[in-house]
Amino acid sequence: MAFEIPRIPLADWCDIALDWATEHFSGVTRALSAVIGTGIETITDFLVDLPPWLVIVAFGLAVWRLTTLRIALFSVLGFAFLWNLDLWRATMQSLVLVLVSTLFALAIGIPIGIGAAVSKRFWRVVAPVLDMMQTMPSFVYLIPAIPFFGLGAVSACFATIVFAMPPTIRLTALGIMQTPPELVEAADAFGSSRWQKLFKVQLPLAIPTIMAGINQTIMLALSMVVIAAMIGAGGLGGEVWKAIQRLEAGQGFQAGIAIVVLAVILDRITQHVARHMRRDKA
Amino acid sequence: MTQSRPRIRVNGLTKIFADRTEAALALLKAGQSRAEILKATGAVVGLQDVSFDIAEGEILVVMGLSGSGKSTCLRCINRLIEPTAGSVFVDDVDITRLGERELMEFRRTRFGMVFQQFALFPHRSIVKNVEYGLEVQGVPASARRERAMAALETVGLKGWDQHFPSQLSGGMQQRAGLARALALNPDVLLMDEAFSALDPLIRRDMQGELVALQKRLKKTIVFVSHDLDEAIALGGRIVLMKDGRVVQQGTAADFLANPADDYVRRFVEHIDVLGVVTAGDAMRPPTAVKPWFSTAAEALASLVQSGEPVMTVVCQEGRFQGTVDADTLKAAGETELRLLLSDTDACVSSSATLNETVVKLAGGRGEIAVIDADRSLRGVIANADLVATLARRRAQPLH
Repeated sequence: MAFEIPRIPLADWCDIALDWATEHFSGVTRALSAVIGTGIETITDFLVDLPPWLVIVAFGLAVWRLTTLRIALFSVLGFAFLWNLDLWRATMQSLVLVLVSTLFALAIGIPIGIGAAVSKRFWRVVAPVLDMMQTMPSFVYLIPAIPFFGLGAVSACFATIVFAMPPTIRLTALGIMQTPPELVEAADAFGSSRWQKLFKVQLPLAIPTIMAGINQTIMLALSMVVIAAMIGAGGLGGEVWKAIQRLEAGQGFQAGIAIVVLAVILDRITQHVARHMRRDKA
Repeated sequence: MTQSRPRIRVNGLTKIFADRTEAALALLKAGQSRAEILKATGAVVGLQDVSFDIAEGEILVVMGLSGSGKSTCLRCINRLIEPTAGSVFVDDVDITRLGERELMEFRRTRFGMVFQQFALFPHRSIVKNVEYGLEVQGVPASARRERAMAALETVGLKGWDQHFPSQLSGGMQQRAGLARALALNPDVLLMDEAFSALDPLIRRDMQGELVALQKRLKKTIVFVSHDLDEAIALGGRIVLMKDGRVVQQGTAADFLANPADDYVRRFVEHIDVLGVVTAGDAMRPPTAVKPWFSTAAEALASLVQSGEPVMTVVCQEGRFQGTVDADTLKAAGETELRLLLSDTDACVSSSATLNETVVKLAGGRGEIAVIDADRSLRGVIANADLVATLARRRAQPLH
């Protein structure tokens, strides 16, 4: 028939690209993986080896200093609840993965966001990539992660970074670009260089917006860390995964509720910090 | 008006807002109007061949309604807006030819700018705001704190240094804005509608303070305003702009006496004549003046002949000494005038406004002397002269 247009071998092309990248870079990424994997494991082991009550109290005190007594008490109660459910180890695994991934996402995302805000051309390259990163189903990132980083925490970490980074990039760029024009003009009028303008005026004013981005990144990181249980990341997601495989609805909901509790704790803390910074500004 | 060499010389400044300006510039040179150029090329002519000089230590008010190009003009001076053609000389440096680094250096040390909406950095305390320009210059922390505190004291914000902009009223914020510019100790202050966002009362206070500050610090100030009363209060020359061009430049009294066109006439229509016209504008040559060694009899004869209400007495050097009225002269016979003097205060400076003159006239005997700074007699104003001056201003046709 007339419809014999050959199918575009998109999947094959992707495979070819990935194979090529694996062949050339997997040595490096595997080595990197070993380092990061050891790091994640060390931190997790350290936290798990400590008596849970000590970790909870220390965490509570830190949160109190950073935010309010209310949020600190809520965090302490939440963690005690997770400990009581016998999900302590899984919680710590998830928490460490979330924090490490977020740290990487910020370390990479904030400079990219700044670059995108400063250079229009760079923004034009970054914007569509961000759109793709955010619309691509998150599971897909897990597949290529394995040949590069192997099964386990580091692959989960990698997929999480890719998935959770876009809000940080976007809101960093947005925050900088939204600096009131009269303040940019004032900075220029007093002879600021581009970097002085950025670090003395634009970035400080963008901090509340950037904090909102960080909050979203943490939330996305948590959701991805849960999904990453499919490639052996463990943690609370691992508990859900186990429950699915054994069709244990109760166990599944218990782990699910634990994830919600962890999410609420992380959200309250980061939101409060972000709001607090906004108040400083006003 | 300006005797000394100009500090700033703006010459043929033209700004065209468009991606490509060549075509529009050519049309402009060919004498096409703004509207025609907009239609033909889509380019907006912001400034068209604007030229004026500013002397050292002068306050020049660039005035016009919104859209007249006055703010664009100000921003072309420090190149916050890049002029399309023309030059801006500050002393011997053509700002329009400076490279990026040189321009930055020039802005850091020579220009202080004050903005309509204050444009204080909300994340910095007041003192950190005032320090900003010095910080950018790389002045060490302790030195810049010292200079910032001094600038804050100058504008009357001592003790507010640790507050944040949002904690201050509008007037105080603009004082901080002024301190931020003054802290640099720049030669030139660029003030963009600096007081327009303030309440009328506070605005008037700030205008008075700026004039006082200017007398002390001798800065060269370019002040953009849409408010004629403000321009008059600041007391300097005015460059009146309309549709990106200079319509007329001079003092408010010049505008009133010789308006360049109907637009200027309408602009000054509601001007407070008493606040603008000076005693020097309203005075006439004295017809009854005698040196102080003349006798009363001589003076009386001259006074009667002139019809003036009082005899004006000067010393040998022509400095005003006082007045003597006809009754005193009649009773005095051959006495010398210097022994008969009264009303040694019946005089105004030639630069005094009619507002001040009226007060003097009301308290005197129908005529006062107009004098220079060294008390040399320049002329006299009688009640009738004042009335005639006011009548003349009001009688001017509007169209």
